Amino acid sequence: MNLCLQRLDGRQTYDYRNIRISFGTDYGCCIVELGKTRVLGQVSCELVSPKLNRATEGILFFNLELSQMAAPAFEPGRQSDLLVKLNRLLERCLRNSKCIDTESLCVVAGEKVWQIRVDLHLLNHDGNIIDAASIAAIVALCHFRRPDVSVQGDEVTLYTPEERDPVPLSIHHMPICVSFAFFQQGTYLLVDPNEREERVMDGLLVIAMNKHREICTIQSSGGIMLLKDQVLRCSKIAGVKVAEITELILKALENDQKVRKEGGKFGFAESIANQRITAFKMEKAPIDTSDVEEKAEEIIAEAEPPSEVVSTPVLWTPGTAQIGEGVENSWGDLEDSEKEDDEGGGDQAIILDSIKMDTGVEVSDIGSQDAPIILSDSEEEEMIILEPDKNPKKIRTQTTSAKQEKAPSKKPVKRRKKKRAAN
Amino acid sequence: MAEPASVAAESLAGSRARAARTVLGQVVLPGEELLLPEQEDAEGPGGAVERPLSLNAGARSRVRVVCGPGLRRCGDRLLVTKCGRLRHKEPGSGSGGGVYWVDSQQKRYVPVKGDHVIGIVTAKSGDIFKVDVGGSEPASLSYLSFEGATKRNRPNVQVGDLIYGQFVVANKDMEPEMVCIDSCGRANGMGVIGQDGLLFKVTLGLIRKLLAPDCEIIQEVGKLYPLEIVFGMNGRIWVKAKTIQQTLILANILEACEHMTSDQRKQIFSRLAES
Repeated sequence: MNLCLQRLDGRQTYDYRNIRISFGTDYGCCIVELGKTRVLGQVSCELVSPKLNRATEGILFFNLELSQMAAPAFEPGRQSDLLVKLNRLLERCLRNSKCIDTESLCVVAGEKVWQIRVDLHLLNHDGNIIDAASIAAIVALCHFRRPDVSVQGDEVTLYTPEERDPVPLSIHHMPICVSFAFFQQGTYLLVDPNEREERVMDGLLVIAMNKHREICTIQSSGGIMLLKDQVLRCSKIAGVKVAEITELILKALENDQKVRKEGGKFGFAESIANQRITAFKMEKAPIDTSDVEEKAEEIIAEAEPPSEVVSTPVLWTPGTAQIGEGVENSWGDLEDSEKEDDEGGGDQAIILDSIKMDTGVEVSDIGSQDAPIILSDSEEEEMIILEPDKNPKKIRTQTTSAKQEKAPSKKPVKRRKKKRAAN
Repeated sequence: MAEPASVAAESLAGSRARAARTVLGQVVLPGEELLLPEQEDAEGPGGAVERPLSLNAGARSRVRVVCGPGLRRCGDRLLVTKCGRLRHKEPGSGSGGGVYWVDSQQKRYVPVKGDHVIGIVTAKSGDIFKVDVGGSEPASLSYLSFEGATKRNRPNVQVGDLIYGQFVVANKDMEPEMVCIDSCGRANGMGVIGQDGLLFKVTLGLIRKLLAPDCEIIQEVGKLYPLEIVFGMNGRIWVKAKTIQQTLILANILEACEHMTSDQRKQIFSRLAES
């Protein structure tokens, strides 16, 4: 059984798609592209009264929206299930993990605290929204600067950005979600599923982790039953991936910081390539054709040498003969018997024509040489000698008998390769 | 891109229509008005020049100009409704001012009568199949619209099958209807698409580019591997090659062709041909 384990875009099982982070001109605005999935994150802040039972803590508010331009299936009011699930997961990942120090957001206990609001918009859906959204959220929070506040006794002074530089939020750690898609009851596992892979997956396991290998959230949906070692293996993979992604995020933040300090240009306009009407930049997809050669060589080495052209036709019924067996179906375990019959039949049809044509030519030669020809349709190989003044036309129609007679001395028929040209 | 944009902004600000002839091949934005060649003289530069009144004012020759996609007639002028490049095609024979249209890029398909599309059968209700073509509504396909189909001899179509057909009814007021036979009653390549293969989506502009006569991409792809390929004007392409690996390579190449220059493409093809 030759199972072809390939992802549609040529990635390996544990490969992430290319992650690209770009920042806007405002602090706290970023766009994260995970392959073609795009999420825009924007952080804003406001001074409000705190919650009654948490008088000394700031308020965090997360909101993910699935824009209608993200996918044709997203219509206003239609995607509630998915939306609720994603929002809940994002909240658990970012709020319950206490990645942001909410105590530091308090200005006047019981009266004024900062409310930090993170708005995420999905701009394009190509699978794995949750990973892209979690990266966008944490990057936007790290990038954000809130206005500086000073408290002197009863007086609270809120400085504008011109008066005093805005202050970054105090972030303890960066939790990032990593998604694992499972197929065929847990037999196959893929990291960072594509949109098409998501549609056919059995279940999804999301692990939110930070670079210190602390699990912040873990959620399994789809009702698949996972074994303990599978979950442990996934958490190890997640650890590796999160470390890589965190490094990428820190580098991106650092670059942006440097550009702003040096007074260079920053913002979305700078990161979009000019002279292009199209919206997406296509990264070079690593099309893995190196395997093809090796695989082909292996197969050739192990296979028997191709049999020589068969010169003896197999007679199925009068009028139907077959030379050769046609090309084998290499699509794997589909309805094999049906396929091969069809293919065989197809080849039979093609080869039959060639046989007919050849015999036609040969019969005319025979006619001129007065060689013995069988007139009847019987399958016996007896030779009946005819009178030489028989009508040559009659001889030509007796293709089957002629075939039988001529079988051993037939010229080898060229095997017609099945080649269908492009439409 | 900056230049045409500034010119466009200028013209919009001055609300002066430009001559279509001068804008050919440039990017036009929705809302712009274009003058046809015959009207240029009438408008003149600034329009405030005095002209002697001619006695036979109505004898202006009427040239029939066809308004293609992205353009709309607005009084005597053409109004641009989509952003993209303005194109013009001279009339082949006879009179007429040719065709003007805007080459725009889009991923969402809107059904158009006569378009050949690939659809996915989503439901079977009585005598009608509901086929998803990527538009706002599923198209309906009667079971009699296949070659050789009669009331007793029904075509073998299951839910989930791929269908290649053309629209006979497609306007904004009605549900689109498609058929799998042409006007003579022959299938002509339409019908249920066979087993295996891979269906994937690309933009509408890429499909039009690939279906243009003498498309280099298709010729080069045909030299690589033997393959079967079906293009739907709704942005869907179905590919089948001998092995899964080859099919995936073809699908990835076609998707990437959109963003590659012809040099990059030739490089990739030569690399593939070697391996």
